[in-house]
Amino acid sequence: MTSITVPGSTAIERPEHGRGEDYLNCDKGWRSWLLTLDHKRIGVMYMIAITFNFFLGGIMALLVRAELWTHAPGPITTDGVIYNNLFTLHGAIMVFLVIIPSIPAVLGNFVLPIMLGAKDVAFPRVNLMSFHLYMVGTIMLVMAILTGGLDTGWTFYTPYSSVLSSSSVVMAVMGAFILGFSSIFTGLNFIVTIHKMRPKGMGYFRMPLFLWSIYATALIQILATPVLGITLLLLTVERALGFGIFDPKLGGDPVLFQHFFWFYSHPAVYIMILPGMGVISELISTFSRRHIFGYRFIAYSSIMIAVFGFLVWGHHMFTSGQSELVTAIFSALTFSVSIPSAIKVFNWVATLYKGSISLASPMLYALSFLFLFGIGGLTGLFLGALATDMHLHDTYFVVAHFHYVMMGSALVAFIGGIHYWWPKMFGRMFNDRIARLCAIGVFVGFNLTFFPQFLAGTQGMPRRYHEYKPEFEGYMRWSTIGAFVLGISLFVAFYNLFSTLRKEKDAPDNPWGGATLEWTVSSPPPHHNFDSEPTIYDPYALDAVVWNPETRSFEHKKDAGLLEESGEGAEHA
Amino acid sequence: MSSILPASVLAQGGGVWFPAQASSFGPEVDWIFHFILWLSVFFFVLIVGLMTYFVIKYRRRSEDEPAPVGPTHNQKLEVTWTVIPTILVGFIFWFGFEGYMDMRVAPRDATQIQVKAKTWVWTFVYPGGQVSDVLYLQKDKDYQFIMSSADVLHSMYVPAFRLKYDVVPGRYTTAWVRPTELGEYNLFCAEYCGKDHSRMNTKTVVLEPDAFEAQLKKLAEVGSPIEYGRRLYDGRGGCKACHSLDGSAVSGGGPSFKDLYVRERTTNPGGTFKADDNYVRESILKPQAKVVEGYPPVMPAPAGLSDTDVDALVQFVRHASEVGPVAGTADDPAAKGDQGGGGGGDAKDGQGGQEGGGR
Repeated sequence: MTSITVPGSTAIERPEHGRGEDYLNCDKGWRSWLLTLDHKRIGVMYMIAITFNFFLGGIMALLVRAELWTHAPGPITTDGVIYNNLFTLHGAIMVFLVIIPSIPAVLGNFVLPIMLGAKDVAFPRVNLMSFHLYMVGTIMLVMAILTGGLDTGWTFYTPYSSVLSSSSVVMAVMGAFILGFSSIFTGLNFIVTIHKMRPKGMGYFRMPLFLWSIYATALIQILATPVLGITLLLLTVERALGFGIFDPKLGGDPVLFQHFFWFYSHPAVYIMILPGMGVISELISTFSRRHIFGYRFIAYSSIMIAVFGFLVWGHHMFTSGQSELVTAIFSALTFSVSIPSAIKVFNWVATLYKGSISLASPMLYALSFLFLFGIGGLTGLFLGALATDMHLHDTYFVVAHFHYVMMGSALVAFIGGIHYWWPKMFGRMFNDRIARLCAIGVFVGFNLTFFPQFLAGTQGMPRRYHEYKPEFEGYMRWSTIGAFVLGISLFVAFYNLFSTLRKEKDAPDNPWGGATLEWTVSSPPPHHNFDSEPTIYDPYALDAVVWNPETRSFEHKKDAGLLEESGEGAEHA
Repeated sequence: MSSILPASVLAQGGGVWFPAQASSFGPEVDWIFHFILWLSVFFFVLIVGLMTYFVIKYRRRSEDEPAPVGPTHNQKLEVTWTVIPTILVGFIFWFGFEGYMDMRVAPRDATQIQVKAKTWVWTFVYPGGQVSDVLYLQKDKDYQFIMSSADVLHSMYVPAFRLKYDVVPGRYTTAWVRPTELGEYNLFCAEYCGKDHSRMNTKTVVLEPDAFEAQLKKLAEVGSPIEYGRRLYDGRGGCKACHSLDGSAVSGGGPSFKDLYVRERTTNPGGTFKADDNYVRESILKPQAKVVEGYPPVMPAPAGLSDTDVDALVQFVRHASEVGPVAGTADDPAAKGDQGGGGGGDAKDGQGGQEGGGR
């Protein structure tokens, strides 16, 4: 890959750009996009691809919800296999193509180097390769849908996936395998960038917390994802070549697959939620105009989550037949991971104290996050406790719980982050009134969809059911109504953003009053991010940023909020 | 059609959160659930309450409001809100662990019932040899389930018992229960197992001792081979999910039994021929031996079918092909529990063998 000469790279040698030239208009043509080495353009391409996949997965979700309007098969399909395809593809698309790459690949790519005052990530060509691998993986998953579907559930449990299923398992699994490499390379790039490219004066404890969370995420990406790759290869070998690894008829062990799978996929839950937590730290601080409360506790808790996240995979398997001793140990370890999440929530709430709180749309998403993550996190306690999990495992309670965390928290943080950085990315302000209405619609629709599922679950409705007992119909109908409210709100929210691309650039450099470095460059940023040596500010010195009514933008006060080179936390490692 | 309000659930004796308790696990699980619930409600109200209060009290009143300066950290406070939740989750772990150990350790004198799962039917085999596709249990007696799967993962779930455990191919897993309330309860498959996962349901029926004994006797009665074969087809034989009787295709399933003995078929291996009794018998016992072209080789091997069962199935399939189906039993789900499901005599030993094998 590195031996290829990339046309876009010539731009890097170009000495100066003219006035009004930014990363969006400095080069034209599709090659300048598809072969670009600019982290900002790569981030934008990821955003377009992920938004598309998000709506693809969302349509699957709406079809599932519409189907569940009645307890008998219908109205969407009377065919169990088609229904199984719908929920599998919804899960696989949302997990592998949307949530895992969402915040790191879009927002991380776009703002991480600028937050560090750097020109690009450490390995721009590897970064481009990550994106190309993502596209290859996407195409393979879509091919699997078109050539035979996928009906194994996103978890690919054996021996159903390796023996019984007649869908395109191998194609889909190889797609997920390739997506894994995309994720690993992105993580590697971010770790090196954060280690080697911090500016003078920015010690680890002077970084924006978003970078801490991206760093913790990247650690998980490079340590856990290879295990997924190996597991999926073993599954392919069993299915295609008949090697007995997981199928007991060939001498394999199906529970082994579950261990392998969750050894990746539980840490992957933190790949999904940690970046969201990073976004929330930035949003709460900026929109309260307050220094984040308890910086060190939040930073350390990210690392604690990354470490503990590796030790709890067995809690997906309390009823699987694993031994009682192992089950008890995993339950105890599971509770350890709840503590750092609780710490973060308390610190965010404390940041609001005595703030100057604005309720612009990104902040509404951040406050939604606190509410939804509160429910998502607390309902995890019921599933971590062994006696209650015996009843709740594999019911709609679990479905509701992980949607509160994955969708209500991770994706809501992503959408909040997209709104927050949108003016920076494209230099255009969106209609904040519509955006706020959509944020409320997302919040209401989300709760309407998923709260009734907790009740369906405790009442005993198993997940992945195409037809179900009539007594659950009430819950399912509330849920379906909510899903459409949610779907429409999300569609309008994204339309509201993308429709700004038709108008003239009108965004000021710092519309919200953020103190991190990306708000000191123009909107959209210049091709090289900084035209001259950047001034490095303290990311949480919000009092150094003041409103300028003439430019309708926030600006740093002269010589205020600078990161001193000495002092606590400024040490370089 | 039920309304939007889940009144039908409440009418069955359950609460807002749980269905009625019908086993000795019920009180313990529900108590722990409610302990965690009220703890969670307390913290949730605290977090969201403070958040709402701060947002209202400290809302920004003008665009150029200067950034306020407040505390940036408070070690004592932060340590407090680390330590208190740690202690509380310690309690939650302990209560959950205690309840779990009660659920995992069966009493020594529990009656053992074999639970056999295959796509997409449950079969229960009693110590006397009786076989049933409905789980009949006697009230206030201890039962241990010795569970095995013929093909993929399944999971036996009885919400009213608060009991769930996976059924894993290639090994035995166990669970136990003491039913405490008479009644009829749902038994679900909770682990995704393919096409008809959501139809892999049956009932568990808790009976008084007399009624239970009478039911075991009834299970041992067989009836004519063709009628018995039809019951197997509908019930624990599991044929119905994939093979129609009227010639219609089942998506993801196998060929219809209509005209099976009349039309030529091409199988791989095996070539082209007309079906006969021996072909049908082989296809039941070794499903992958001769697979009809155009169908995936996905039929599971039989689980818990005796020689008597196979004979009856072959006779039924021939009858269905040549004459047409006999009266069905499972089309009316309400009737399924009453007429003892598929019934059947496993001719190995015990009562079932004595009574069923006499034909």
